[in-house]
Amino acid sequence: MKLTRKQKELGAKFWIYLAALVVSVICVFPFYNAVLTSLRTGQDLFLTSYLPTTFHWDNYVNALVENGVGLSLLNSFIVATVTVGVCLLVSITAAFALARVRFRGRKYILFTILCVSMFPQVAVLSGMFELVRFLGLYDSIGALILSYTTFSLPFTVWVLTTFMRSLPVELEEAAIVDGAGLWVIISKVFAPIMGPSLVTTGLLAFIGAWNEFMFALTFIISTENRTVPVAIGLLQGASQYELPWGNIMAASVVVTVPIIVLVLIFQKRIVSGLTAGAVKG
Amino acid sequence: MNHNSESLSAPMAAVTAAPPAQPARPATGKRSLQQRRSRAAWVLVTPALILLAAVAGWPLLRTLFYSFTNAALDTPEEYDFVGLANYLDFADGDKFGVLADPLWWQAVWNTLWFTFASVSLELVFGMLLALLMNQKFRGQGLVRAAILVPWAIPTIVTAKMWGWMFHDQYGVVNDLLTRAGLIAEPLAWIAEPTLSMWAVVIADVWKTVPFMALMLLAALQMIPSDLYEAARVDGATAWQRFRRITLPLIMPAMIVALIFRSMDALRVFDLIYVLTSNSEATISISGYAREQMIAFQEMGTGSAASVLVFMMVAGIAASFLWIGRFNDEGKENKE
Amino acid sequence: MAQLTLDKLNKRYGESAQVIKSIDLQVNSGEFIVIVGPSGCGKSTLLRMIAGLEDISGGGMYIDGAYVNDDTPSERGIGMVFQSYALYPHMNVYENMAFGLRLAKLPADEIARRVEESARILQLEPLLKRKPKDLSGGQRQRVAIGRAIAREPKLFLFDEPLSNLDAALRVQMRMEIAALHRRLGSTIIYVTHDQVEAMTLAQRIVVLNRGNIEQVGTPLELYDHPANEFVAQFIGSPKMNLMPATLLTAGATESVVRLWNGKELTVPIPTPASAEGTKVKLGIRPEHIEWGSVADAPYLADVLFVEHMGNETYHYLDSGNLGEPWVVRNPHRSAVAPGDTVGYLLPPEHCHLFDDSGKSFERRGGGAVAMRVPGMDAPAISFAEPMRTNVIH
Repeated sequence: MKLTRKQKELGAKFWIYLAALVVSVICVFPFYNAVLTSLRTGQDLFLTSYLPTTFHWDNYVNALVENGVGLSLLNSFIVATVTVGVCLLVSITAAFALARVRFRGRKYILFTILCVSMFPQVAVLSGMFELVRFLGLYDSIGALILSYTTFSLPFTVWVLTTFMRSLPVELEEAAIVDGAGLWVIISKVFAPIMGPSLVTTGLLAFIGAWNEFMFALTFIISTENRTVPVAIGLLQGASQYELPWGNIMAASVVVTVPIIVLVLIFQKRIVSGLTAGAVKG
Repeated sequence: MNHNSESLSAPMAAVTAAPPAQPARPATGKRSLQQRRSRAAWVLVTPALILLAAVAGWPLLRTLFYSFTNAALDTPEEYDFVGLANYLDFADGDKFGVLADPLWWQAVWNTLWFTFASVSLELVFGMLLALLMNQKFRGQGLVRAAILVPWAIPTIVTAKMWGWMFHDQYGVVNDLLTRAGLIAEPLAWIAEPTLSMWAVVIADVWKTVPFMALMLLAALQMIPSDLYEAARVDGATAWQRFRRITLPLIMPAMIVALIFRSMDALRVFDLIYVLTSNSEATISISGYAREQMIAFQEMGTGSAASVLVFMMVAGIAASFLWIGRFNDEGKENKE
Repeated sequence: MAQLTLDKLNKRYGESAQVIKSIDLQVNSGEFIVIVGPSGCGKSTLLRMIAGLEDISGGGMYIDGAYVNDDTPSERGIGMVFQSYALYPHMNVYENMAFGLRLAKLPADEIARRVEESARILQLEPLLKRKPKDLSGGQRQRVAIGRAIAREPKLFLFDEPLSNLDAALRVQMRMEIAALHRRLGSTIIYVTHDQVEAMTLAQRIVVLNRGNIEQVGTPLELYDHPANEFVAQFIGSPKMNLMPATLLTAGATESVVRLWNGKELTVPIPTPASAEGTKVKLGIRPEHIEWGSVADAPYLADVLFVEHMGNETYHYLDSGNLGEPWVVRNPHRSAVAPGDTVGYLLPPEHCHLFDDSGKSFERRGGGAVAMRVPGMDAPAISFAEPMRTNVIH
């Protein structure tokens, strides 16, 4: 029996929806599981039940106040914001030159920047350690701002360069005819148009800095200066063998929710930013 | 710039014409447009370059420098040059140094295996996911939002969440597998050396498939739909359409995404450090280098390991580029 | 209003690629010059060199006698209208027009006066507060022109300004630009690949090909007296037919050629004796070929296709193995059908003659000149009806 066109289409639709459902569940389940766990205490923690059983907020209070994750959140926020601010400021002019002006050495600079954005963090670890100590920044969030620039700056330059390239050449020429110098072109013509791209780039760089672990683990000793990933990574319970899963999951949920909300709000932009950084590269 | 290319495409025939006599050029003392612009360009890139040199170039050089010394982490000022001893040294008929350390080679193997396993799984799942999201169906926005969740979750949180799910006694994974009748006994995902690498790979794949899928999706969406219509008219099956149209057209984007992901996977540290506590069965080269440097305070050895990590990643990147160059030699004239 | 002089202007990229080769051109004050040529001929590069957006590799450029090679666009005092309009998307119409004036640090009341003046000229007053994205294509074009006008430039440059508009709007904007020029009397240099735009707008046309000027002249000069094959074929649509021939007898007033089919034709074109016996090409425009009866017309051909445009008809005649089909344009409906054999005439007064290198032998007078005789209406040349009755089926 030959299926009609309509039946075939229905069949295809069924598989598509099934696949979409499976994908969504797999993507969201671990986070959902973390939320479930974070709301349980005591022996409930070890229940493998897939529906909420209890709603205890103790874990959240514990994690945020007693384990100092609240303070870590603030540290993370400061570090990521300052890093991104500095990087964007420096990279917007560099990106303009790299995207818009043909000059000797442009290709080499772009290649270098791409290389730096890909090289392993551990390669600069001991040199950075020395630099951080030399500047007296050891065990302060200044050390993180400095070291995060290593990977944030190449990223922002690269992504902004691809964005700048996509702006029409004639717009810049119109500004030149109007008597604008490079600085005016950047600040009065390009920067205002680039607003959305700057937000996207900044957001991606922010997430990168927010999630960084190795430098934060190495350059910070004091609990009160820790960033969120380290605070969660090193969260210990009463005994070494029993991890406080409830607290850990509560902290995880707390640091993840703002990022997820941001990402969902700026969904479209983030996707375009990711692809601008990679596909066109 | 299309103006340039337009004019450049003018036939070369005219080159043979004798150069025209130049009228005397009045000296205005001004620079030409191009000169002014390239000067300004250098001014504009300088801050970024200086900053980059300070936070990347300099530390990299110092790491290289320290790799030839026996400095300790707490007193880096006091050191002696030891040549290549941190890398490989022969003394009393025995071998020393990073390259003689079986743990280093274990870490190399771990890293390569992790990279290979997770990137190839990501490619397969990412492709499937991209093909799914390229379909038109209701609730597409929801699925897109859902797949962004793993991407948005910090790696450390991923590690903790999966660590909890892989818990040998109370973990969801064992529970589900038991209920499905696939295993009789709970598995020690984290402690068992043969399983722990899979735990790491699964967590990493879960987190990074969305990135791969979005890259591939962006490439898919650039394929004009009339190509598929033309292929349908020609009677191509779904598989033929994928094999003959989709795959070749997204190949460049796919290779770029693969390079990005491989570079990322080769420097893995945080996921393994947190999920399996840097156990020997899973330790990565980055983890090894950091352990030498920080945990053992051996700045020299750690730096040497770092340099080796750098060289390994750079070597793999270079070979990717080399292969890539072969692939698009024909297209090179476009630039 | 200014005078522009280009003295052996040239442009090279690197060592080898010379895209503009020693251009000499004098643009008079208040003149409307159109630079036209096929894509890749260097016309945009030339315009951008004049604008100051592209460096000049050699030669001199003078505005009102002053050397400006190294001046910035604003120092040169040019206003430019771009193909894509290039309006600043984040500024409204007023700000778009005022941006350059603000950068020039003009006093506020002067800026307001100039913007309002140019808005009035282009009827943009109701749109001043709008952003470019809220404007139609034609309005954006007007704003782009208004922005150039507000600068009160010495020189207006237009880079294919109409190519992004649809056909109807293009005709309308063409007339507006022509009217604007009459009104402002400014010096305009206008680049296009469209020879119709060139013919309708220009006081003088510069035909550019491969970085060289092929010919400079008024539209009708180019039409009647093309300097070479390239100009002959580039100006006029459909393009001029070229037929191989040999120069039999040269003469001071007329020459005899033997055409590809052995027929001899005497044309009123002087040729030097040295050219006698050489290969030449006979050119005739599609609108100048006349129908003759199959019985006694000197030339016969099979019709390949017929295109009915409504107001006119194009007939494509089989040229045998001589290359492209020859086109006959007829200002009437035609009953000729593909496959018919037709007879036709080549009126000698409309013929052009090109030497082997493509250069034309200067025509004297010629039929086209007769058009300008006072009192005669334009279509003075008789377009004969196709000889339907004589068509062999």
